[in-house]
Amino acid sequence: MAELEIINVSKTFGQSKVIDNVSLTVGAKEFVVFLGPSGCGKSTLLRMIAGLETVDEGEIRIGGKRVDALPPGERGVAMVFQHYALYPHMTVRENMSFGLRNVKIAPAEIDRRVAAAAKMLEIEHLLQRKPAQISGGQRQRVAIGRAIVKEPHLFLFDEPLSNLDAALRVRTRLEIAQLHQRVDAAMIFVTHDQIEAMTLAHRIVVMNNQRIEQIGTPMEVYSRPATAFVAGFVGTPCMNFAPVEITGASPFVTLRLPDGSMLETRVDRKALPEGGRFKLGVRAESVRPCATGEGNCSGTVKFVERLGDRTLVYVLLSDGTTIVAEDAGMSRIAIADAVGLRFDSAGVHLFDDVRGYHAAEGA
Amino acid sequence: MSVAAAHVTDSRETRSGARGDWSSLLYVAPFLLIYIVLVVYPLFSGMWLSLHKADFFGERVFVGLENFTRLLADKVFLGTLWNTFYFIVLTVPALAIIGLGLALALNRTTRAAAVLRGVFFSSSVLSVTIVTLLWRVVFIPDGGFIATVLEMFGKPPVAFLSDEDLALPAIAITTIWWCIGLPMMLFLAALQQVPKELYEAAALDNAGRWKTLWSVTLPSIRRTFALVIIIEIVLQFQLFGQAQLMTLGGPNNASRPIVLFIYEVGFNRWDIGYAAAAAQILFGLILMAALAQYFVARRKGEA
Repeated sequence: MAELEIINVSKTFGQSKVIDNVSLTVGAKEFVVFLGPSGCGKSTLLRMIAGLETVDEGEIRIGGKRVDALPPGERGVAMVFQHYALYPHMTVRENMSFGLRNVKIAPAEIDRRVAAAAKMLEIEHLLQRKPAQISGGQRQRVAIGRAIVKEPHLFLFDEPLSNLDAALRVRTRLEIAQLHQRVDAAMIFVTHDQIEAMTLAHRIVVMNNQRIEQIGTPMEVYSRPATAFVAGFVGTPCMNFAPVEITGASPFVTLRLPDGSMLETRVDRKALPEGGRFKLGVRAESVRPCATGEGNCSGTVKFVERLGDRTLVYVLLSDGTTIVAEDAGMSRIAIADAVGLRFDSAGVHLFDDVRGYHAAEGA
Repeated sequence: MSVAAAHVTDSRETRSGARGDWSSLLYVAPFLLIYIVLVVYPLFSGMWLSLHKADFFGERVFVGLENFTRLLADKVFLGTLWNTFYFIVLTVPALAIIGLGLALALNRTTRAAAVLRGVFFSSSVLSVTIVTLLWRVVFIPDGGFIATVLEMFGKPPVAFLSDEDLALPAIAITTIWWCIGLPMMLFLAALQQVPKELYEAAALDNAGRWKTLWSVTLPSIRRTFALVIIIEIVLQFQLFGQAQLMTLGGPNNASRPIVLFIYEVGFNRWDIGYAAAAAQILFGLILMAALAQYFVARRKGEA
């Protein structure tokens, strides 16, 4: 059974729409990540699920029960806040047990749950301390502990890693993934960090401009982005885009790149909508530098980024378009070299140039 | 880390101090001069004066602690001491609780709340003369506001200001009305410092309105609460104008506060040594409250 159903939900603040007709279903035990740039509405959507924001239109159901009119405490969800929101005057133990005491759970049961959560999160030695006396990472664990003791069926995380330093962020990310293995609950995790989304999610919900752009597994989102926005937002470096013209179709289409060079694809003309203008999208890993004259087009190397395991080569085509290509880690390419570029036709995507929808891909 | 920072500042101060302490003294001199002339000198001069039998014109006779022993046996003085404490009990808790109540009610962004904040603060800008004039009109038995209301219900008027048991409470009510703006503003400032996320966490923790007030709001502003209590104790110790203008300390000294006693002894009876001694006792009492405030404020800085 679906743990969470969001059905045609909208919300406006004054004149501006902040959530525009969003629908989504999250299964039991599923880990879903809301991914998007700031202001896309992902946090608002999470807060609407939690009950911290009202729902103007549509329905939210948790465990089959309609909850969008219920107060936050009665929805059976637990939330971990971005800035932890621990009660500063309470000890760690009091912070964790506050919600349980409010619903009159027996003291022995509260102690058992707090002890179990503290053990799982390795914060047993901190139970008598106050939030001001522990480190940021420890506070994060207490905030997660406060959520765990409620034994909810749905956890909500609002950018919980954004306040941690890089090393701690990676460790906590792993711990949240492990936590999900242990608890019998669905999780929703809001982030603007695509690596967090890729590594944690069963499914990623990519949001932009108050709407859902795509829902899919991390690899679906990566390898078959539904829109040009998703293609550009997910993956580092950003996908290359270039306006193209379709010149031939026999039956696969041939594209004319902006510098005039031709690119044969494996895209069936029939798969493309009639008319319309298209935009080529191709990730750096599907473009390889080669000797001039051997590839699909050629240009001058503008910039080289050596990442160790691979090298990113920024190539300026004759018309001014920049294409990022990927070469081996030991690449000898240097700035101002003339290089050719060979496109992997299976990695070529075509997007509707006007609306941004994914139109077709190479393979 | 703050300890390390303190060391750094210390050593820097010592170095620059060794180089040019006279030139830096020059910068502080104007303030220091005014401070010494207007604060330090009168303070010690008052203490010295309290050990004398003196008036404004005759010569001063050193009498040691005689003024103080006289004060402790003076029924009127002890009465004013009691009145002042009673007045503080009447006003300070009420100011704190009503101020907090108003702040909680008006801590929102609506236009009405903003207007009401201004309205409730506006009484604080009135002078004591106007405030007491206003409240005399409320309290006087002959056509006063309360008397008129009582009359409508067929009850006889009450002479608040000439009743021994009601005079000080009447002054207390006037004072609360006059002074409510400051505690309200201090509480509003404190309430706005409480992070919104705490309330959201409390909502998810199933805490109701009262539980949230008791377990989240009040603990978050408890230092401001202590601050308000102490500031108001210091202020209300100095009750003078309201009593002077509304009752002249009467009836039968029932509403005479310490400051009024000091004023009358000094300026009507010209027994200024005796008045200075009473002033030293008031100073001691206020100093205790001020020290308490200092420790509360310092604890706030540490946290």
